[in-house]
Amino acid sequence: MLTKRIIPCLDIKNGRTVKGVNFVDLKDAGDPVELAKIYSEDGADELVFLDIAATEENRKTLADLVLDIAREIDIPFTVGGGISRVQDVETLLKNGADKVSVNSSAVKRPELINELASTFGSQCIVVAIDARQMNGDWKVHLVGGKVPTEIDLFDWAREVEERGGGEILFTSMNHDGTKNGFANVTLAKLSDMVNIPIIASGGAGTISHFKDAFEIGKADAALAASVFHYKEIPIQELKENLREAGIPVRL
Amino acid sequence: MKTVIIDYGAGNVKSLQFAFERLGVNAKLSNRREEILAADRVLFPGVGEASSAMDKLRQSGLDALIPELKQPVLGICLGMQLMCDHSEENNTQGLGIFKLPVLRFAESEKIPQIGWNSISGLDSKIFEDINEEAFMYMVHSYYVPLSDETIAKSFYGLDYASAIQRNNFYGVQFHPEKSSKDGSKILQNFLELE
Repeated sequence: MLTKRIIPCLDIKNGRTVKGVNFVDLKDAGDPVELAKIYSEDGADELVFLDIAATEENRKTLADLVLDIAREIDIPFTVGGGISRVQDVETLLKNGADKVSVNSSAVKRPELINELASTFGSQCIVVAIDARQMNGDWKVHLVGGKVPTEIDLFDWAREVEERGGGEILFTSMNHDGTKNGFANVTLAKLSDMVNIPIIASGGAGTISHFKDAFEIGKADAALAASVFHYKEIPIQELKENLREAGIPVRL
Repeated sequence: MKTVIIDYGAGNVKSLQFAFERLGVNAKLSNRREEILAADRVLFPGVGEASSAMDKLRQSGLDALIPELKQPVLGICLGMQLMCDHSEENNTQGLGIFKLPVLRFAESEKIPQIGWNSISGLDSKIFEDINEEAFMYMVHSYYVPLSDETIAKSFYGLDYASAIQRNNFYGVQFHPEKSSKDGSKILQNFLELE
C-alpha cells in the first residue's frame, strides 16, 4: 500500500544550509549533505532542497551540491529555487536530482510546465504554489510569498495539472511559520479537485498537525522545516504515531 | 566483474551509478555494443516517456541488442516497461522480451503514483534477505499486470507486478537506487546472481 510521505525541507544559500540547525551531533551544521544523511537515516521519505538565493552566478554551486547529495543519499530528493529554463532542469536531473520544483517562473510563464513535462516527464516536475487567503479568496503569491497576484489558487492548481505538473507543493502563507497546523480544508479541496499528489506545507507544529493534514487535508505528503531542524518532532516518533493512528507510513 | 549501465539519454543514470559506488562497485555508463555485450551485469534504467525512450534505443541500435543479451539484465522503472510487448503510453511498441502489456492506472487513483509502496509475494534470488512488505520508492503512471512472470507485486487501486523475471531478464518497477538499504540490497543481490 502506498504510504504518506514525510518531507523535511532544507533552505540552501551558496551551497550551505541556512537557519541555525539544532543538531548537536552534527560536525558541520551548515553542510546540506551531512544533514540530509541524518534525515534519511531518521526515516525521512524524501528531501527538498530549496535554493533561497538562487542567482545565475551560483547555478554551478547548486549543480555541484546536487551531485554531492546524489552521491551520498539513497532516498529521493527535489531541488528548487530560481528554476526558469529547461537547461537548468537538465543539469540538475543529470547530476542526480529526482525532481525539480518550479514556482514563480511557472506563474509568469505557464508554458514552462508543458516544456518541462514533455522533455523530462511529469513525474519529476513539482509545481510549488504559495497562496494567501484574502477576503475569503485564495490568491497565488510570488517570490517566496511576498508578491500577491490576482490568480486564484484553485484555477492555477487545475491549470498546473492540465499543463503536466506531476505534483503540487501547496504552502499556505496564512499558516506558514505559525505552528498552528496546516490549511486542511483548502488542502482537502485541492486534493479532491486535481488528480495529482498534493504535498502540504506551512503550519506544522505538532504531531497531530501531520495527522490532520493526512486525514482531514487528504494530503499525500507533508513538508516541514523548523520542527525537524530543531528536533521538536523526531521523524521516527512522528511516523510511529501516525502508524498508531492508522495512517500508512514507511517504518 | 564488469557492470554496465546502459546510457541512452533517458534516465537518472547518475543516481544508479552512485548506488553502485556505495556498494564499492564501479558501474560503467555505456551505449556501446561491444561494452554492453562484454559486461557481466547489465542495468537498463529509464525515466520519462515511453515512445521517445524507444526512439532513442532504436537510434543507437540498442533495441535489437538488448533482447539478445545472455547475462543478467535488470530493467528499472521505464526500463522494465520497455522490456514488455506494448505500452499504452503513446501506443508504444516495446522490446517484447516479456509478452506483457503496460497499462495506465485507472483515473480513480492519483496519477502518477509517487512514493513508497510495499512489495510482497517475493519470489526471486534478487529479494534474498528482503522482508515481505518491504517499502520501495515508486514513481509511475503505467503498470505491468500480474502474470506467471511476476516475482513481486504491489497494490495501487489494484494488484500489479512491481517486479518481473523471464530467464536472465529482470525488471523492477521501483527505484532500488532510491529505496534506502533494502533497495541497495536488491542491487547487491542482482550482482551476486549465479
